[in-house]
Amino acid sequence: MYNGGKIILGIVIFLALAAFPFYGDIGKANVTPEPNLDTPEIRKLEEKKCVEPEEFMKAEHMSLLNKWRDLAVRDETTVYVASDGESYNISLQNTCMRCHSNKKEFCDKCHEYAGVSPYCWDCHLAPKEGK
Amino acid sequence: MGIDRRDFLKMAGASAILAIGGLTIVEDITKDIAQASESASESGAVAAGKLAMVIDVAKFKTGDDYARVIDACNSIHNIPVIDDPKSEVKWIWADTFEHTFPEQQEEAHMKESLKEKPFLLLCNHCEHPPCVRVCPTKATFKRSDGIVMQDMHRCIGCRFCMAGCPYGSRSFNWTDPRPNIKDENPDYPTRMKGVVEKCTFCTERLAKGLEPACVEASNGAMVFGDITDANSEVRKVLNEAYTIRRKPELGTGPKVYYVMGGADNA
Amino acid sequence: MLEKMLYGSRNYWIWVLSLLAVIGVGFLFYLQQFNTGLGITGMSRDVSWGLYIGQFTFLVGVAASAVMLVIPFYLHNYKKFGKLLILGEFLAVAAVLMCMTFIVVDMGQPMRVANMFLYPTPNSVMFWDATVLLGYLILNITIGWTAMGAERKGFPPPKWVKPLIYLSIPWAFSIHTVTAFLYAGLPGRHYWLTAILAPRFLASAFAGGPALLIILALIVRKLSKFDPGLDAIMAVGKIVAYAMVANVFFLLLEVFTAFYSNIPGHMYTFQYLFSGLEGHGKLVPLMWTSAILAAIALVLLINPRTRGSQNTLVAACVALFASLWIDKGFGLTVGGFVPNPFDTVTEYWPTVPETFIVLGIWALGALVLTILYKVAIGVREETAGVEAEH
Repeated sequence: MYNGGKIILGIVIFLALAAFPFYGDIGKANVTPEPNLDTPEIRKLEEKKCVEPEEFMKAEHMSLLNKWRDLAVRDETTVYVASDGESYNISLQNTCMRCHSNKKEFCDKCHEYAGVSPYCWDCHLAPKEGK
Repeated sequence: MGIDRRDFLKMAGASAILAIGGLTIVEDITKDIAQASESASESGAVAAGKLAMVIDVAKFKTGDDYARVIDACNSIHNIPVIDDPKSEVKWIWADTFEHTFPEQQEEAHMKESLKEKPFLLLCNHCEHPPCVRVCPTKATFKRSDGIVMQDMHRCIGCRFCMAGCPYGSRSFNWTDPRPNIKDENPDYPTRMKGVVEKCTFCTERLAKGLEPACVEASNGAMVFGDITDANSEVRKVLNEAYTIRRKPELGTGPKVYYVMGGADNA
Repeated sequence: MLEKMLYGSRNYWIWVLSLLAVIGVGFLFYLQQFNTGLGITGMSRDVSWGLYIGQFTFLVGVAASAVMLVIPFYLHNYKKFGKLLILGEFLAVAAVLMCMTFIVVDMGQPMRVANMFLYPTPNSVMFWDATVLLGYLILNITIGWTAMGAERKGFPPPKWVKPLIYLSIPWAFSIHTVTAFLYAGLPGRHYWLTAILAPRFLASAFAGGPALLIILALIVRKLSKFDPGLDAIMAVGKIVAYAMVANVFFLLLEVFTAFYSNIPGHMYTFQYLFSGLEGHGKLVPLMWTSAILAAIALVLLINPRTRGSQNTLVAACVALFASLWIDKGFGLTVGGFVPNPFDTVTEYWPTVPETFIVLGIWALGALVLTILYKVAIGVREETAGVEAEH
């Protein structure tokens, strides 16, 4: 093979790079995290429910937040009427995080597991948490 | 370097759209919320019409009067304290007559008291805002109530709006502002590095039926309201006193008025 | 064709590697800027655009100037420009790439650059600028590459290229007009708020771009067996001379209007740039250097004897390019922000990281240009039946 050594070396380097996501995660815990719902504010709730049903929130909270931010910032709308008719003040800091005051347990755990780093917290202040 | 999945998808999406050739607007790529949901404005909010502000200069007597108003804004909105004037962030601040109305500065023989008098400066929430005209992403836009608003989520930090604003009302976050914020207000966000910000006439307070923070702290020296409503307080003041605006000749239609009458009391 | 870039002399590789080194250093500084923000530059609340946007503006002109070869060749059948044309088109490609890099580097939130196209905003000149620049880049790559490929095979270029070439003519004017509109439509910035800004931009572009091309063509002629033609190069000298005269004339018109009308706002920036304002005069030495270089260039270019001799022509082109670089790449952008909206003066001077980022982007442009020219030279040497020696 003409230049065989170089070609094989190139292929090996390519495979090593391309397969990084597979061997890079070897040995890391692979347990699906459960978001922690135990906060003083949630304990106080009579009916333990979020703005929308749990399944919807799990799958679509990012689109809901996206929609909320456009409503509040761009569309002059500060009140969200949920599918069950209840009204909520549109605010990440003052509505979402008031119940879910445990950002580390509630947000970060899953986001770390999923390998995403949303930049919400570059501006929005996370609730003060005791370590 | 934090490129997250959303950024990546947006970019991939954008290039795909460009490749197809059409600049289709993809406003909402996610499927809309399945359940029917509606949104409504809270009742009692100061909303409709065109909002304007009148500042009665004479009613500001001591340095404390200015500081109280400015601090009210700064503390609520998590404004960083940066000593270097080159990178400071200002929503509302005080400056001399000469700097506030530079085109009038040739008046060498004007009243001494007025010359030394500080004026409050803030975004003029222009009727025809140049910043909105030049923004390439609609990150800054005009609301139906006339407020010129800034969407920090969309700003790309090109600073075209700063070149466009003839009032120097816009500040850029040259670095992360957080280390320079002394006491964070947990109810309001901060900003991040690389975005432009300015006064919003306290949209978050208006939504709750409150007046802007500076107006509330001014003890009546500042008046705020709907300028299209003949019975509003701003209109009453404008009817009674001689007011001027900053650089009206540029056609921007500034909506912050300064009452000039009683400067003798200063 | 691209494989031609892989075969070069020792000097070629030394050049490429040194460019890569400069790009690397620039990139490291950019990482610093990316992490800490634009605060590491000399820009400020008052002078919110600096060297990045200045370089962008200057380079749009370099890119647009290819049209100065396209018009004589295609519209006036001036065949002597045939060989030079590809060098002009590839120069435009490199320049547009640099423009785009400068825009991205200047952004506070570069990860959101796609927002420009996700939320297209026709009332923003910036949106149009991005659009026409992208179009111009595609046009020039397509035209240059196709023409090159056809030539290599010994065929005339395919017919569909012709309409694209004609389209590229108004398009070249559009990129620089739109760039002028970025500045010329802003209320309260008197130095920029002038209808003659777009003509000024075009005149300086058609002087500066071709001047650079003359220098590049003479280098190509010296270093390779590809000869773009000395006659053609000398003819470009005439274009440079006329355009520079127009450019200086336009500038003097501005000076007249400002000072004869005696309107303060119109005079301030000129005063700041050439004599200092309120005790601030950081740019004064630079601007006078630009003025003197422009005068030297004009004398050398207008005199037919100095314009006709290779050495003095090169000297004129170097002086002219440096003069315009200062005037347009630095003074115009920074000067427009002085005085600020409060009629006070905040000065600007680029910082060390900022300067290295700028150098890195110039090196990037030089690298792209080197590769494109290498391909063009390779193809030309091949078709001329000359064995490639290096």
